[in-house]
Amino acid sequence: MSTYFHSIRIDMDKCEGRMKCLRVCPTQAIRVRHGKASIIEEKCIDCGECITVCPHGAIVPLTDPFGEINKFRYTVAIPSPALYAQFGREILPEKILSGIRKLGFDSAFDLALTCGEVSFAIQEYVRNYKGPKPLISNACPTVVRLIQVKYPELIDQIIPIELPRELAGREIKKKLAKKLKIDEKEIGAFYLTPCPAKMISIKQPAEKGKSFLDGAISIADVYGPLLSAMEGIEKGSYRKALESICILGVGWAMAGGICRTLRLKDSMAVSGLTEIIKVFDDIERGKLRNIDFIEAYSCLQGCVGGSLTVENLYTSYNKILKLIETLEFEQIKACPDIREVRKLYSQKYFLIKGKFEPRPLKPLDTDLAKAIKKRKLKDEIYKLLRKIDCGVCGAPTCLAFAEDVVRGDADLTGCIFDLPDNMEKISEELSNILNESVSIDLNRPNINKSKINERTK
Amino acid sequence: MPMSDEDVLSQKFKIKGGDFGKAGRTSTSIKEILKEIGIDHSIVIRASIAVYEAEMNVVMYAKRGMVTLNITPEKLHLKLEDEGQGIADIDQAMKEGFSTATHEMREMGFGAGMGLPNIKKNADRFKITSIPGKGTTVDIIFCLDKTENK
Repeated sequence: MSTYFHSIRIDMDKCEGRMKCLRVCPTQAIRVRHGKASIIEEKCIDCGECITVCPHGAIVPLTDPFGEINKFRYTVAIPSPALYAQFGREILPEKILSGIRKLGFDSAFDLALTCGEVSFAIQEYVRNYKGPKPLISNACPTVVRLIQVKYPELIDQIIPIELPRELAGREIKKKLAKKLKIDEKEIGAFYLTPCPAKMISIKQPAEKGKSFLDGAISIADVYGPLLSAMEGIEKGSYRKALESICILGVGWAMAGGICRTLRLKDSMAVSGLTEIIKVFDDIERGKLRNIDFIEAYSCLQGCVGGSLTVENLYTSYNKILKLIETLEFEQIKACPDIREVRKLYSQKYFLIKGKFEPRPLKPLDTDLAKAIKKRKLKDEIYKLLRKIDCGVCGAPTCLAFAEDVVRGDADLTGCIFDLPDNMEKISEELSNILNESVSIDLNRPNINKSKINERTK
Repeated sequence: MPMSDEDVLSQKFKIKGGDFGKAGRTSTSIKEILKEIGIDHSIVIRASIAVYEAEMNVVMYAKRGMVTLNITPEKLHLKLEDEGQGIADIDQAMKEGFSTATHEMREMGFGAGMGLPNIKKNADRFKITSIPGKGTTVDIIFCLDKTENK
């Protein structure tokens, strides 16, 4: 069993080694060797970019099949507010929730209400916080993992407030068990997820606690059946349905929604991993200290852009935005009582149980002197390479290849180009450093040439 | 004490004065190197902040500059040399709150007069020399050997 659970699996039979995943991975966690892709587990942050880009559907999210719900005596569906953005503007959450009940769940829970409570809890936390700023939302599991892997210095700036879906799972089970007089274990709480990353946060929470949810079902998987299920539902009063929507909670579906609905003054939202990396680099340099709170989502435009959603992300983003504008205009505030939230907050009701720990990447060597030597060798190797990032060696860039070589994970001969003469000297140095653990055969100086010849034959 | 070449990781980075678009790249590259060779987190943070402040000083006030990174198992040495206006009164420049930043620089969040004091605060050892009209040299040193104190 490996250390990290990931929500992404590669189907070796389907993988044709087309390398699209190799190029798109933001943390360079993929290698394609011997024609098949593989994931370096410690580097993967479960963003799901590779799933979207694979032309053969060989990379699959590990969500639960719908049939999982039959294992429980009583089942509750907890849809991500992003689900509310998947249908036309006249279809409001009330109808979507009734549709879900018709799919076979015993009940469907409006997560927006819990999201609203958590928004208030975040506001409290931000207000009382005295440490280095800005605080970073923990809503996106990929962002939390990005911090654990690439920005361990920022780990204490992640908001340690329990996620709405977890709180909902915890509280629903407690209440239902009492009401139905059954054991909490007999109740299955399933999250309807817009992305595979939420799945790992259920199977392996970043803070090492235990999830209160029993699984995650892809929104894409329930979309079709749900659409048909909603057909027969009678149209109720639009106004009434509107009045039951918690504006704070709906905001969780899109990037910037929490900041906007809470009207936080010094806050900002960022979405898309490349943009997040720019912002986090700035935070690390000590910039952005005047910002209190950052909402960051790995998917563009937030959860509405998740890889397991159906609707075009700009359409769904717009639907949420218009919904928020309507609620603002109509001054509808179907939100939790802030005094109640404050009371619960003071009782630590919202705090996560575990602690976020960094999981920084392994250095080149645990011994600093050796690490320095390896780093110098990496530079020398990199200088020899063509720097065109062709990817044929299986690494995404020439630099990544050079690093793989000094780590002993790849052989210099993996490069299809003819390397200059001093390669031998470097190989020798390298094998010394790697304690002869990786055997580099020095008697094959022309291996590159012969390999190329073979190819051209 | 002379050090054999083999134990030193040495790298140079050029900084262009006035190039705000690329400002910060040097400190990011240096941070990546430090992380890669497994330098202690707290030192990585302090070094990143110090070198970023120093880099911004070059971008804001100098024509061009050069950062020389030297790492041995014992210490991390960052030398910033720039060609520019230099600093007339170093004691004054080291005072918190003192700044000659223009309005534009302040708009970008710089010029609070915290740059040099912040570098000094984060470094284990810090040295600054300057010739007005010629340029400034800043040495930022971190001790990596855990047995050695500051």
